[in-house]
Amino acid sequence: MILVEDKDIVVPGEVLAEGEYYAGRGTFKDETKVCSALVGLVAIRDNKISVLPLQSKYIPKRGDVVIGKITEVRFSMWNVDINSPYSGILPASDVFGREKRDMNKAFDVGDILFMRVVDVDEVKKVKLGLKGRGLGKFRGGLLVEITPTKVPRLIGKKGSMINMIKDHTKCEVVVGQNGLVWVKGKPEMERVVENVIKTIEAEAHTSGLTDRVRDMLNQLLGNEEDKEEEEQYEEELIQ
Amino acid sequence: MQPIVPEITRESVTNLINEGKRADGRKLDQYREISLETGVIKKAEGSARVKIGNTQIMIGVKSQIGDPFPDTPNVGVFMTNSELLPMAAPNFEPGPPDERSVELSRVTDRGIREGKIIDLKKLALIPGKKVWMIFIDMHILDYDGNLLDAAALGAMAALMDAKIPTATVKDDEVVVDHENMQPLPLNEKTVMCTLAKIGNNLVLDPSLEEEGIMRARISIGVRSDGAICSMQKGGERPFEKEEILKAIDMAQEKTKELFEYLPKA
Amino acid sequence: MITIITNRDLEAKNSERPDGRAYNELRPLKIEAGVLERADGSAYLEFGDNKVLAAVYGPREFHIRRFLKPNMAVLRCRYNMAPFSVEDRKRPGPDRRSLEISKLTSEALSPAVFLEKFPRSSIDVFIEVLQAEGGTRCAGITAASVALADAGIPMRDMVVACAAGKANGQVIMDLSEWEDKEGEADVPVAIMPRTGEITLLQMDGQLTKDEFEQALDLAKEGCMKISEEQKKAIKNRYGGD
Repeated sequence: MILVEDKDIVVPGEVLAEGEYYAGRGTFKDETKVCSALVGLVAIRDNKISVLPLQSKYIPKRGDVVIGKITEVRFSMWNVDINSPYSGILPASDVFGREKRDMNKAFDVGDILFMRVVDVDEVKKVKLGLKGRGLGKFRGGLLVEITPTKVPRLIGKKGSMINMIKDHTKCEVVVGQNGLVWVKGKPEMERVVENVIKTIEAEAHTSGLTDRVRDMLNQLLGNEEDKEEEEQYEEELIQ
Repeated sequence: MQPIVPEITRESVTNLINEGKRADGRKLDQYREISLETGVIKKAEGSARVKIGNTQIMIGVKSQIGDPFPDTPNVGVFMTNSELLPMAAPNFEPGPPDERSVELSRVTDRGIREGKIIDLKKLALIPGKKVWMIFIDMHILDYDGNLLDAAALGAMAALMDAKIPTATVKDDEVVVDHENMQPLPLNEKTVMCTLAKIGNNLVLDPSLEEEGIMRARISIGVRSDGAICSMQKGGERPFEKEEILKAIDMAQEKTKELFEYLPKA
Repeated sequence: MITIITNRDLEAKNSERPDGRAYNELRPLKIEAGVLERADGSAYLEFGDNKVLAAVYGPREFHIRRFLKPNMAVLRCRYNMAPFSVEDRKRPGPDRRSLEISKLTSEALSPAVFLEKFPRSSIDVFIEVLQAEGGTRCAGITAASVALADAGIPMRDMVVACAAGKANGQVIMDLSEWEDKEGEADVPVAIMPRTGEITLLQMDGQLTKDEFEQALDLAKEGCMKISEEQKKAIKNRYGGD
């Protein structure tokens, strides 16, 4: 028997279902009960019950793209804060190859980089790399921080939300899976994007968000756009 | 450990301020939203919870009877203490007060002491032997920039809120009557205005982000009669004389707004 | 040399509780989640005249190598009383009492947290008692649990705490400051409400085994009521039901 409804807000320890159900993400099994492990929104798909967190820290996964800040320059690597309980290292060899160069001149403390998580070992040591399109150091622009669980909502289905923001504001927007977002464009447009991102974060768990964001952009920029379909973001989150 | 400010944040915030704008949309000489409540802690003689933006401080005033300091035997004692609680910011560590916390306590203390805000003579009970001791304890709950102005405003409000028992002296004995409480003897009011130097400009009430990139900071304590009663320069870069004079003008103007938040009468 | 006249001394009338509560009645309770900007999770709680704030940071990188655990997170707790929270000003900083409560609080909360999900990290819980009126350790644990949930930390349950005890010969729920000081016994208890498992238990004073069992049952009954308020606080934060 399922004791909650889709999209209900639940708390840790709350019993979601009893019987033959599969415990999805954000839940755990206690004998025959499926219980929530988190504060989040219930997602029911057939026999599988999940809870989508409303708040959480970024836990690095191999293959993710993240935005990080150089916190220390060492002999053959940089320490990087990736907005996570686990900081990363960027090996010098990944940047210079075999050549020996002045580390500070490449990247210094306070620099912001777009990187890929190359490896996460069993004790959560995180290795970062710069090989790939668009990866490297950011110049100019500004940084916005959101809860990492809201990243799929900011991107939208197949990038619909983020593309709408880019089209309206003519800003470059780069989203790290660790909840950091880099924005570059005209300074006043950068601030518009910042406001829009903060709104998406605050209202991520509500429906009809794409429409509201479009209205907000139109209002802030004073132009009009055709209506698009409202997207469902839960699909992408649950997988 | 101080957090490292991203270089691009330093650039974008500085560029905006050079154009007379701020990242949060404020004017250069504008405070964030301020709220002030008094009488929030019943167990304290006086209390206040102050918020400037998301910076939040709880302040309590306590009194007890004790011995005067040997060099000032005929006046009461007051002490100001603050704790930068580890809950207030990820980089605040538990432990004895560090230099930032001591500076905050001392600057707040100085404004009240040198502004002659409390009539300490009236706190003497038996000259040379027994006096009222007044403690101002500031609990920093949430740190989002500009603790100094919040502390000064909250401390002043807590002092104004305070009611201490009536103490009378009979045959060289102090009789404390908790049924008859009375306000602290206050002469004046004081608050503080902090300006940060960023790029080519001075900005009022620096936010956390602005404090992270400011070159220097000047805090000015002003009494309600307009007199300047304390100052503190902070930060690693110097000021020009003209900048300080300009800061004083701004502080004398802007403290008028702050006095409006204090309890009336 | 100093005489003190006070109006604070309360006289208990026969078997009635000084504040007029029934033997199984809690003091008024209010919990709010998400009250601080900087902390990852936070909660404010008023319970009678207790005012308690709890904040959580983490899981975050643990810099003290000798304390970190390679296979799980370490949950650390700091219980602290504001100097102005009690009748006579308390000297700032930790004392023996607050250190003991800090240890017990961390042990009371840990069983509920999926610590194994975050190896090598720390989860830091800070409890500030802004005003104390008896039962602050229980109030702190209850608030901390809401702050942990608010921080998005995965847990098996939300730990909740309540005391019971004996005053004026009667076994009662949720002792007030006066009942705590003047009464015969105090039994603070924390449980995981879904399973009823006990994660904090202390007792001071004298009780028979039967009285202890009554007290424990009353404390658990109190916990179940408080637990409902914890859930409401979290759901209110997100505009839920």
